[in-house]
Amino acid sequence: MTHERLVAVVPAWNEAGAIGRVVEEIKAFDPAMEIVVVDDASTDETAIVAEAHGATVLRLLFNVGIGGAVQTGLRYARDEGYEIAVRLDGDGQHDASELGKLLEPIRAGEADIVIGSRFVDPGGAYRPPFARRLGIRVFARLVSLLGGQKVTDTTSGFLALNRRGIELFATEYPHDYPEVEATLVGLRSGLRLEQVQVDMRERQAGTSSITFVRSLYYIVKVTLALLVASLRRYPRLEPSQ
Amino acid sequence: MTPVRASVAGAIASLILILVVVELVRGRRLKERYALLWLATGIVLLVLSVWRDGLNTIAGWLGVTGYPPAVLFAVATLFIMLVLLHYSTVISRLTDENVDLAQRIALLEERLNRSEQQQAD
Repeated sequence: MTHERLVAVVPAWNEAGAIGRVVEEIKAFDPAMEIVVVDDASTDETAIVAEAHGATVLRLLFNVGIGGAVQTGLRYARDEGYEIAVRLDGDGQHDASELGKLLEPIRAGEADIVIGSRFVDPGGAYRPPFARRLGIRVFARLVSLLGGQKVTDTTSGFLALNRRGIELFATEYPHDYPEVEATLVGLRSGLRLEQVQVDMRERQAGTSSITFVRSLYYIVKVTLALLVASLRRYPRLEPSQ
Repeated sequence: MTPVRASVAGAIASLILILVVVELVRGRRLKERYALLWLATGIVLLVLSVWRDGLNTIAGWLGVTGYPPAVLFAVATLFIMLVLLHYSTVISRLTDENVDLAQRIALLEERLNRSEQQQAD
């Protein structure tokens, strides 16, 4: 059997301090995987560092938000004919050594999208602050209700996609705060979704983009997007073989 | 009844609006497709200002018995909201198109670099 074609999409905005290690960890997991760092108009050396570590770098002209950055990487994956894409954050919170768990259901042909969830296993180590846990849970309930499948962690950006998933999200991916809505879009388009338990780390460097005002915007924007997405019609994708 | 002065003021204001919009289009500083709603605003306000019986009648339908020119304000406000809403849809479309362009440029640039490198090798 020929080696399956795998690509890692890593959105990064001002992550010069963390991106090198992220790239190295992905290489350590699978040296054959192409690593695409999407530089969302960083003002630091993110692109240079990523390139120095051997990643393919896609440079966005201006900041388009994490969703727009991920979509750029997925367009690359689609155009280059990749069969499987994984997505990890550029800040190092996703542990590349857990990629195997995400890839398993895809390789077995059981899922089109696999999300690394921190809450599949109730005994998982991740214990976010109360407000955040509540938000994550509310969105998970809402997506489960609107999408017709139980989802435990809709805010996770740690995921793997097969060709169907790549093709869907290369065209349909929200531009800011995308994860929750994308999960629902996937379900409504008929993607088979699976979740696997993963742990996530604290950020390696840089600052999180989440502040109080932004969290309010996040909640309102995502709720509206979910309600609108459930009114929209998405093309049902044929099950892949 | 509508005071004559209110009608005259309304007519002058709407005429100025129409003239300014036409001049902007003539000088190619405003595209026809974005001028249409403004022109409609000016024409409707002009008609309601000049056609005093009509304004009084409409005010009567709406239960505005005290001061019919209030209907002029209401209509003007409604049209301004329409124009703004239209702009919001235009901005949304432009945002999507912009992002699409940035993504395409990023992809093309990478492809160009790669093929230049392959040629150099």
